[in-house]
Amino acid sequence: MDTKTIPIVAVPPAEPAEVSLYEISRKIYPRAVHGWFATWRWALVWLTQIVFYGLPWLAWNGRQAVLFDLGARKFAIFGLVFWPQDVIYLAVLLILSALALFLFTAIAGRVWCGYACPQTVYTEMFLWVERRIEGDRLARIRLDAEPLSARKLGRKAAKHAIWAAIGLWTGITFVGYFTPIRELIRAMPFSLGPWETFWVLFYGFATYGNAGWMREQVCKYMCPYARFQSVMFDRDTLVIAYDAGRGEPRGPRSRKTDPKAAGLGHCVDCEICVQVCPTGIDIRQGLQYECIGCAACIDGCDQVMEKMGYPKGLIRYASENALEQHGGAREMWRHVLRPRTLVYSALLVAIAAGAGVALSLRNPLKVDVLRDRGALARESAPGLIENVYRLQIMNTGEASRTFTIRAKGIEGLAVVGLAQPVAVDGAAVRTVPIRLQAPADAAAPGTHKIAFEVEALGEPRLEREEPSTFILPRI
Amino acid sequence: MSDFTSGFWNVWVIALTVGGIAFCAWLLLATGRGIAPPPDGAKPDTTGHVWDGDLAEYNNPLPKWWSNLFWITIVFAVVYLILYPGLGTFKGVLDWSSTGQYDKERSDVDARVKPLYDKYAALSVEKVAADPEARAMGERLFLNNCAQCHGSDAGGSRGFPNLRDKDWLYGGDPAKIVETITGGRLGVMPPLGAALGEQGTRDVVAYVRSLSGLPSDPLRAQIGKPLFAQNCAACHGADGTGNQAVGAPNLTDNVWLYGSSEATIAEGIAKGRNMNVTAGMLAMPSFKDTLGDARIHLVAAYVWGLSQPAAAK
Repeated sequence: MDTKTIPIVAVPPAEPAEVSLYEISRKIYPRAVHGWFATWRWALVWLTQIVFYGLPWLAWNGRQAVLFDLGARKFAIFGLVFWPQDVIYLAVLLILSALALFLFTAIAGRVWCGYACPQTVYTEMFLWVERRIEGDRLARIRLDAEPLSARKLGRKAAKHAIWAAIGLWTGITFVGYFTPIRELIRAMPFSLGPWETFWVLFYGFATYGNAGWMREQVCKYMCPYARFQSVMFDRDTLVIAYDAGRGEPRGPRSRKTDPKAAGLGHCVDCEICVQVCPTGIDIRQGLQYECIGCAACIDGCDQVMEKMGYPKGLIRYASENALEQHGGAREMWRHVLRPRTLVYSALLVAIAAGAGVALSLRNPLKVDVLRDRGALARESAPGLIENVYRLQIMNTGEASRTFTIRAKGIEGLAVVGLAQPVAVDGAAVRTVPIRLQAPADAAAPGTHKIAFEVEALGEPRLEREEPSTFILPRI
Repeated sequence: MSDFTSGFWNVWVIALTVGGIAFCAWLLLATGRGIAPPPDGAKPDTTGHVWDGDLAEYNNPLPKWWSNLFWITIVFAVVYLILYPGLGTFKGVLDWSSTGQYDKERSDVDARVKPLYDKYAALSVEKVAADPEARAMGERLFLNNCAQCHGSDAGGSRGFPNLRDKDWLYGGDPAKIVETITGGRLGVMPPLGAALGEQGTRDVVAYVRSLSGLPSDPLRAQIGKPLFAQNCAACHGADGTGNQAVGAPNLTDNVWLYGSSEATIAEGIAKGRNMNVTAGMLAMPSFKDTLGDARIHLVAAYVWGLSQPAAAK
């Protein structure tokens, strides 16, 4: 007789341990994953970061190509220079971004979160560094459990040093959009202004802290978009979903086992989908608010399905409707074009086209008229009335231009005592004190509507008419 | 100097401030103490309120990170009150004041722009007026400081002299212009209505208008001439060409500060001008403290240049 007995040991009841009153956030060790969607994410990491780190280094017409000069109140984006008066374009940009977020979320859930959000992109980069130094998931778990040793200290120090360096470089690049980056680098580190130093360190620290330490906590607890994106979901939105009908009942089995015969679904319960998840959820429990839609579980599961010889897509992008009705992929894709997405797309295209047209027709000449308030009118010579104004001529183009100034609205109204034409440097404002003269009997005493006409020499298209008033006193 | 009317308020403010901080610290200590975890099976402590029959709220202390933020604010408050004024009349060890900060920022800016002005301070007003860059600086200073009264084009208005013409109340050479801007001016015309009487005033008006070649009653002008010599010539000169030492206008050039109509001139003679003016109202104020010598130099050059045909381009 060969019996196995399990020794029974009496365990003393545990001491009443102190129970934490708050949820303990357990550290997540995402496992490396390769596949179609991971490749896409890496492509977007490269694309966004080449643009982000590279743009400030481009030059254009002797200045930085993209520079948001807060001090001079001018935003330069390649050939375009935006002035505070152009704030409408910023509003349009925000509206376009919001509509794009609505559209993409309605179609395919949190694709922004999963592929392009800086939080995801930097976490991906920081995880890559972590993997290079500390190894993949299991090695990292082991390392963290180890007691402190020279090896552990060295690895950790190297990781944090590289993270800090990436963070700092990100901070410098970010500030480089507001202060010319070449000057910034030359002034490093001791001749930087106090605010530049602050923002470099602030963004450096934010990058290091968010991508190194906070990670999924940012998406779960801090990000407002994460929360309101879920209200844009509907039953036709593509989300990352586990096909329970195909997968259950789950269970481990050998590759040779026929799942049907063993009464099992296709899920082998290997937990890869849980291990690769950057927010640490189990997608098999259905759509959860923590899911950032990164599709790492799809890549992970597909690899297993391939090894097991099962069809891929046990976890896949699918809509709630498609999963319920077991409709084909074609039908699901047809539902992408539904009224909601069509309306979003139409609005998006219309506003983008409108903004594009407005931008291309933008008049680089702007004029403000300020009437002198100290004196309304004066008699400069018997029978001649003078009113005084200040014209602020803004040449928002980059070439210097010369302008002629005329006035109309009253018989005999003339600009006097001004050396014409008036030259204004590129991207500059010039204030021109200006006198208008009209015969006292040209019109009834009182306030009369007039207009200044400012025209660029040689560019008749660049003309502005700016209204003002001329006062004829009773004399 | 204390802003308080009595020493009591000083003590009152200090007591309230210190007491407030101490109360906050006590509150944090009293409520932040960890509550013992309930023994096995016992229900955790709740606030005692129950909603909808079964919804209760655990009476847990604030999380550590949260209460630590409050502690940081308390430390900040203490450090702040030591460094800066806040505790009654205590000035703080940094001796900071808003006036002091204003003065410092001003002198910082002055020090930064000094080289800009130094370049021109060494040059004569005439040379500065010939420099386009200096003229542009002078124009900006003029628009910000002078144009409110003299107009954006320096053409003046009723009561405020035109600075573009060749007519000067106190003299138009560069040194005089600098003197005017630095020290200010207040020209006063005394009322002569009582001395001259109504008829006498009208006679003097006729004479004064005739000096500038304006149409006037020749008979009245004839009568007005001796009256002028008696009452007005002391300031305006026997020939009416004025006296720049006292700012008495030249009455012969057909340039009128208040207007040339008979009624306006009669008003000026009868009631005087600037009699009830407190300095700084209609008077030309002193810009010594507002602008400082270096800027006045540039403004003077700009103003001088306005009436110089060669420089006025």
